[in-house]
Amino acid sequence: MRRFGLRGIALLYLLVILVGPLAMVFYRTFEHGFAPAWNALTSPETIHAFKLTLIITAIAVPVNTVFGILCALLIVRHRFPGKGLLNAFIDLPLALSPVVVGLALFLLYGRNGWFGPWLSDHGIQVLFALPAMVIATIFVSLPFVAREVVPTLREIGNEQEQAARTLGAGGWQTFWRITLPSIRWAVIYGVILTTARSLGEYGAVAVVSGRLQGQTETATLRVQERFESFDLPGAYAISLVLALIAVLVLVAMSLAKPKEEAA
Amino acid sequence: MSIEIRNVTKRFGDFTALEDVSLEVEGGSLTALLGPSGSGKSTLLRIIAGLEQPDTGEIAISGALATALAPQKRNVGFVFQHYAAFKHMTVRNNVAFGLKVRKRPRAEIRERVDQLLALVQLSAFADRYPAQLSGGQRQRMALARALAPEPQVLLLDEPFGALDARVRAELRDWLRRLHEEVHVTTIFVTHDQAEAMDVASQIAVMNTGRIEQVGDAMTLYDEPQTEFVMRFVGEANRIGDRFVRPHDLDVALDPVDGGVEAMIDRISSLGFEARVELAAADGDALTVQLTRERLEELELERGQIVWVRPGRDRVFAEV
Repeated sequence: MRRFGLRGIALLYLLVILVGPLAMVFYRTFEHGFAPAWNALTSPETIHAFKLTLIITAIAVPVNTVFGILCALLIVRHRFPGKGLLNAFIDLPLALSPVVVGLALFLLYGRNGWFGPWLSDHGIQVLFALPAMVIATIFVSLPFVAREVVPTLREIGNEQEQAARTLGAGGWQTFWRITLPSIRWAVIYGVILTTARSLGEYGAVAVVSGRLQGQTETATLRVQERFESFDLPGAYAISLVLALIAVLVLVAMSLAKPKEEAA
Repeated sequence: MSIEIRNVTKRFGDFTALEDVSLEVEGGSLTALLGPSGSGKSTLLRIIAGLEQPDTGEIAISGALATALAPQKRNVGFVFQHYAAFKHMTVRNNVAFGLKVRKRPRAEIRERVDQLLALVQLSAFADRYPAQLSGGQRQRMALARALAPEPQVLLLDEPFGALDARVRAELRDWLRRLHEEVHVTTIFVTHDQAEAMDVASQIAVMNTGRIEQVGDAMTLYDEPQTEFVMRFVGEANRIGDRFVRPHDLDVALDPVDGGVEAMIDRISSLGFEARVELAAADGDALTVQLTRERLEELELERGQIVWVRPGRDRVFAEV
């Protein structure tokens, strides 16, 4: 009975906090039939917004994956001055509000920022364009791969890598044949979290994008824009697609579980 | 394929792991580095493999200076105490690893791996993963893997340390036979003197970062040069400033010249021999090893006062 009670509380909590709102989104989307939702989703601006979100994600995720693995290797396998600082800095995006990140980028790349004048002299548009949105997304989704990989690297130790060395493998061969396969589940998990974070980013991108419809408007920004324009079915429909992507990500995550070496 | 270690010193922060260590290992021999934990034996092995860099000193393998060579260029096989099995690879691919990174032809790799798996009696397990093997099997796989690229030198770091006693003894025999067959210069690290004496043709006894003595098992046992070696390679009694092995002591029922008065604490019969534990008059604990006949002849019992007389004893200069 007692266990059932605890289970009930946990389920109820999830229902109220997570499932309820999502179910409402689903209901509202199709409240007036399929057509309004479909029209909202197939408008050129919405399609552009989804494309933009995917492009940003497609750049941010590989960059953060490579950088995350590199940082994890540095933190676990090497000793160097400033290592503690690196370790702390990696968590910074988790602690910092995305809006602050956006403002910081503004101060760097804005007209009176450090890099702004030089960049505009050379005809490079960063703010209110794809580069700033990509940088903002990379910034907020930076910790996930490194944070997943660090404990796994610690756990496997470096004996396998040393064994590979004594067997004649160079540094690169050791990485591809031993280290990477050993941490692959952590990397996959980190990639999935990074993807989810990149798709859902709102605050930092909102500040640096300028929110130009059909130009610098991502899917999450589009939801807000539709909401403010009293196009509720539109907002719900886009939200639903984002939620569906999140569910797909979750399914991918549960499929990406270690199997053969579970012992 | 000889190995020469010349004046190697290694420090980890304040801790001196090796202090001016020199050692020569003959090609084709089987040498044990014997010592308690913290004596520097594993560090020395790792320096030979290139997994650690010495602060000063040199390593030469087959006469060629290897100190500056990366581990992958030294052509050594290394076996780790905890196997270091590649968990994501099958047994076959573990053994093939050293050949694959050398880009040997596929057919040659297959043939060599089959041959090695047969040698370590793992042919039936070729397609299993390390997690599906027992400790002894994993260590045999690790040995086959180390031998696959035909190393000049085979280095084993406490190879049987993580195994239970029966498997340990089995693998020990097996290593000795393997060495007779393959004849690769082998150095293995152990803290178990029986293991070292059983397997190795040459033993280097190490203590606090130095080599105390190098020799074969009999020499170390019969002619130890330091108190540490005397105590580490076998049991030893201390009588005053002299050291005596338990089987070099005899018991007399009456006072004798050079005898030490002692009371019998315990007598344990171990079949063909017996151990008598005594407390000397000055409080020292003594152990005497007697044959069964001698024990029956003396009719000793607990609490009895006897005189213990050393046969062969040794005095060591204070270090």
